[in-house]
Amino acid sequence: MKALFKYFKGYGKECVLGPLFKLLEASFELLIPLVVVQIIDVGIAEGDRTYIVKMCLIMVALGIIGLVCSLTAQFFSAKAAVGFSARVKQALFHHIQGLSYSEIDTIGTSTMVTRMTSDINQLQSGVNLTLRLFLRSPFIVFGAMIMAFTINVKAAVVFVVVIPLLSVVVYGIMLLTIPMYRKVQNALDQVLSRTRANLTGVRVIRAFSKEEEEISRFEKANHELVGIQTAVGSISALMNPLTFAIINTGIIWLVYRGAVQVDQGIITQGEVVALVNYMSQILIELIKLANLIITVTKAVACAGRISGVLQIQSSMTEGTYDGENGRVVNDRCAVEFADVSVRYCNASEDSLQGITLEVKKGSVIGIIGGTGSGKTTLVNLIPRFYDVTKGTVRVDGMDVKEYRYQTLRDKIGIVPQKSVLFTGTIRSNMQWGKKDATDEEIMKALEIAQAKEFVLQKDGGLDAEVAQGGKNFSGGQRQRLAIARAIVKHPKILILDDSASALDYATDAALRKAIREMEDPPTLFIVSQRTASMMHADQILVLEDGEAAGLGTHEELLKTCEVYKEIYDSQFKKEAKGGVANA
Amino acid sequence: MRNRHIIKKVLHYISRYWGLLILSLVMAAVSALLALVLPILTGDAIDMIVAKGQVDFDGLSKIINRMLTVIGVTIVAQYIMNTCNNKITFDVVRDIRREAFEKIERLPLSYIDAHPAGEIVSRVIADVDQFADGLLMGFTQLFTGMLTIVGTLVLMFRINVHVTLIVVLITPVSLFVAAFIAKKTYDMFRLQSETRAEQTTLIDEMIGNEKVLQAFSYEDDAMEQFDEINGRLQKASLRAIFFSSTTNPSTRFVNSLVYTGVALAGSMTVIATGGALTVGQLSCLLSYANQYTKPFNEISGVITELQNAIACAGRIFELIEEEPQIPEAEHAVTLHDVRGSLKLEHVGFSYVPERSLIEDLNLTVKPGQRIAIVGPTGCGKTTLINLLMRFYDVNQGSIAVDGTDIREMTRKSLRTSFGMVLQETWLMNGTIRDNIIMGKPDATEEEIVAAAKASHAHSFIRRLEHGYDTVIGENEGTLSQGQKQLICITRVMLALPPMLILDEATSSIDTRTEIKIQNAFARMMQGRTSFIVAHRLSTIREADIILVMRDGHIVEQGDHESLLEQNGFYAKLYNSQFET
Repeated sequence: MKALFKYFKGYGKECVLGPLFKLLEASFELLIPLVVVQIIDVGIAEGDRTYIVKMCLIMVALGIIGLVCSLTAQFFSAKAAVGFSARVKQALFHHIQGLSYSEIDTIGTSTMVTRMTSDINQLQSGVNLTLRLFLRSPFIVFGAMIMAFTINVKAAVVFVVVIPLLSVVVYGIMLLTIPMYRKVQNALDQVLSRTRANLTGVRVIRAFSKEEEEISRFEKANHELVGIQTAVGSISALMNPLTFAIINTGIIWLVYRGAVQVDQGIITQGEVVALVNYMSQILIELIKLANLIITVTKAVACAGRISGVLQIQSSMTEGTYDGENGRVVNDRCAVEFADVSVRYCNASEDSLQGITLEVKKGSVIGIIGGTGSGKTTLVNLIPRFYDVTKGTVRVDGMDVKEYRYQTLRDKIGIVPQKSVLFTGTIRSNMQWGKKDATDEEIMKALEIAQAKEFVLQKDGGLDAEVAQGGKNFSGGQRQRLAIARAIVKHPKILILDDSASALDYATDAALRKAIREMEDPPTLFIVSQRTASMMHADQILVLEDGEAAGLGTHEELLKTCEVYKEIYDSQFKKEAKGGVANA
Repeated sequence: MRNRHIIKKVLHYISRYWGLLILSLVMAAVSALLALVLPILTGDAIDMIVAKGQVDFDGLSKIINRMLTVIGVTIVAQYIMNTCNNKITFDVVRDIRREAFEKIERLPLSYIDAHPAGEIVSRVIADVDQFADGLLMGFTQLFTGMLTIVGTLVLMFRINVHVTLIVVLITPVSLFVAAFIAKKTYDMFRLQSETRAEQTTLIDEMIGNEKVLQAFSYEDDAMEQFDEINGRLQKASLRAIFFSSTTNPSTRFVNSLVYTGVALAGSMTVIATGGALTVGQLSCLLSYANQYTKPFNEISGVITELQNAIACAGRIFELIEEEPQIPEAEHAVTLHDVRGSLKLEHVGFSYVPERSLIEDLNLTVKPGQRIAIVGPTGCGKTTLINLLMRFYDVNQGSIAVDGTDIREMTRKSLRTSFGMVLQETWLMNGTIRDNIIMGKPDATEEEIVAAAKASHAHSFIRRLEHGYDTVIGENEGTLSQGQKQLICITRVMLALPPMLILDEATSSIDTRTEIKIQNAFARMMQGRTSFIVAHRLSTIREADIILVMRDGHIVEQGDHESLLEQNGFYAKLYNSQFET
């Protein structure tokens, strides 16, 4: 929480004035019963009508001042809270942009989204409420008690008993029920996940005719939920009756004590009325305070989580080379890996180990291997999404660590496994690759990516709408659009990270052919599980458990690399026997 | 759905709890009225303590005793009311959820496919909760609120007519103020929530895909977009929050006017009538004046809540009243000892009437034959599975298993005759064992292990910390895609139904596992009628019948050689594999 205080800077005035005006309002509110005492004890007792009118005018004036104070307070609080949260949000968003893939992996994207949205929203309302009420409620509670003491100490002793008693009941019930409500939430989550599972798994459940069984399982979860709800309900049902009893018994006690004092001539009848009034004010404020404490506790927890993310620093330092000054670059190799090893943070084993590889400009390189063999890790090193633990990765002859991120990444077009499109139009998505790309350039890229045909069929063509995540396109279409987006960039290096998996063999082949026929074709990395996708590559790197199991052309590997042969056979063996595959 | 219909349905649910409801209402009335009596008694008590030496302690203790009784009865009534309300609410919610869930189990697949799971879940969870809170609690609040208003008025009028008239006349002003502010701020709130939604979408997209963002060096653009929306949201929020927060101070101000009015008129009356209106009664009027406006403010809140609750109820009942799947035929037979012959005659099917998909499909499958379904991505291969499993009914023609139309047999016996392994693996919450025995709940440990060995799943399951008792969460996080698929295969392997529907794995599984799955498939298929959504040429070539699909239609049918001879779509597809 403390780490976030700096975002209040510039709102210092509001943070002080808000609560201050709130206090003023509360003080005026506390004065009202005193005025009423005067009306009763002086005005009525002496039959002085002008005095009564005067007192009533004072009450109206107090009301108006109170209104002005409280409006001012609300404004300052809202301004400070909204301004604060806008700043935190901005800082957090900007901070996340500067994190590297390792940190993104550690935090997780869904966590970051939650921090940015619901956590900050809760923080905002927490701050707002705090500024408004945190001083007011205790002030009224204790103010009322102090006022009572100024009237009469003996009668006011009742307050000293009633306030702690009420607090114990209100906070006790809250403390008791909060963990139970958490259980209710868990039970509800169970009901929810059963329902969801029955929708997402409907085919399997029906295939096994498990409907009745699922209903009885749901009933069990449903029943458990009601059980916990009833338990917590029976406790919180005590809140109203108990507080009602305490406050009103307090009033009776007050009246009785007051009566004794009046009888002895120590206080007046009007003062008894005032004491009763103060007593009635306490309850509402105590309950408000209790709710406030819960909100604030939640907000503090949110703040802690947010500053947790803000404290994470990028593990990489950006280089300085921006491509401007003519430093010597290697014009032969597009990418070099020199004895590269990678170990992800918190991992016990290397994900890549001792990889050495030279990729000539304009050549095609295939990378093949099983899941978890390190294929994606390898290609993610080229745009420096992760840093190597050992060895060096060079692009155009220079260590990737020396580049400015943008300079390096502008050279590279990468199509990740999961193709993501963004809300907008097809054109706006294509322009991610190149901001000022013309329609002609875009169409050319779409053609290479085998996407032109279906884009033209869409209503609006390039202006066809893309829904969030590209949901209005099929998996194969999304992949082809993601490929086109990378091609629009005219990258020197194009990386297809298993990004043709949803394409059928024919489209996949046509795509590869089109890329190779581009003018000034990029150095092409093809990551895939399919040998067919890379049979004609200039060289193929076979990865197994993070180590190079083979490097060479298709023909060479078939002879020398057992792992490659095994993969190939699993896909082509039968045809080879039939003699068709060699056709 | 019309409101009247919804309310009728709601009453129907509550009717099971009539007794409790009436008890709750009686208790609500008792506690509301007694809560009103207390200020009167307090006033009476104050009247007993006039001045020094003028305190009537006997009278006072009588009143105090009465007050204690009232407090005692009130708290009992309040507690009973709360408990009744809880009971009604929770039970009605449970009833509705059960019905909704039962409906989900009986809905036709077409409904479930057409509605996002999240939407249906939110009806069953969020809408039901909101309905219960809003309608049942709202109803009690409305009832007590109105009772309190009427009660207060009656009591106040009994004390003093003139003073009461002041309260009655000024109070509506506070309601007008509240309504006025609510109306004026409505647009501000809408703007705020629209802007916030816009920002959330941006956050979702940008942060959710932070890696893509960085790959395209899009960070600066994203920040620029974000800052712009953030600035707008800040302005909109400030307006919405500030202006709406003026409601409380404003109504409080009006209430203080009412209070002052009562104090003024009341004390004047006390003086004028020379004590016909006592100071105690005045203090009683003052405390009523303070309380009187509260139920009004509550009621206006309750009414929006009620409207909202009715909307929620409407959405729930819509689901509950949704047409269920066609019930089983009256004399539906149970299949025994299925041999596995299938006959599709003149089958026609489409998801939407405007776009016909399958037209006049004829297919005869002998027991033990293999049928490969091939075609490019998204060509509708799953449609056929939907029809075979009777997830959807054919529009024309018929499908028969062992000579019996599948509509003439129980769904259960049809579906359990098929073993299905889809690419999208689905495991239920529970242990691995629970998942494996889905098709054969009474399987022995030996049978389970034997099945798992046959599907090559045993070796990895054994290595898990809790073996077969490993619990699989909703997201099945700990298992790899391939392992999940192996469990699904084990599931079918254990039940070993006479017919199979298999979807071949694609790239998400590594080669080694892939070979294992291939072998498991091959073993299962021996002697069983099998439909395979095929990607691998080996599978396709060995099939007895190949169905070639394109854009949802079956365009060609035959075996490998004859299809190649036709030199049509299949030949093109096949040859493309070897071009570069």
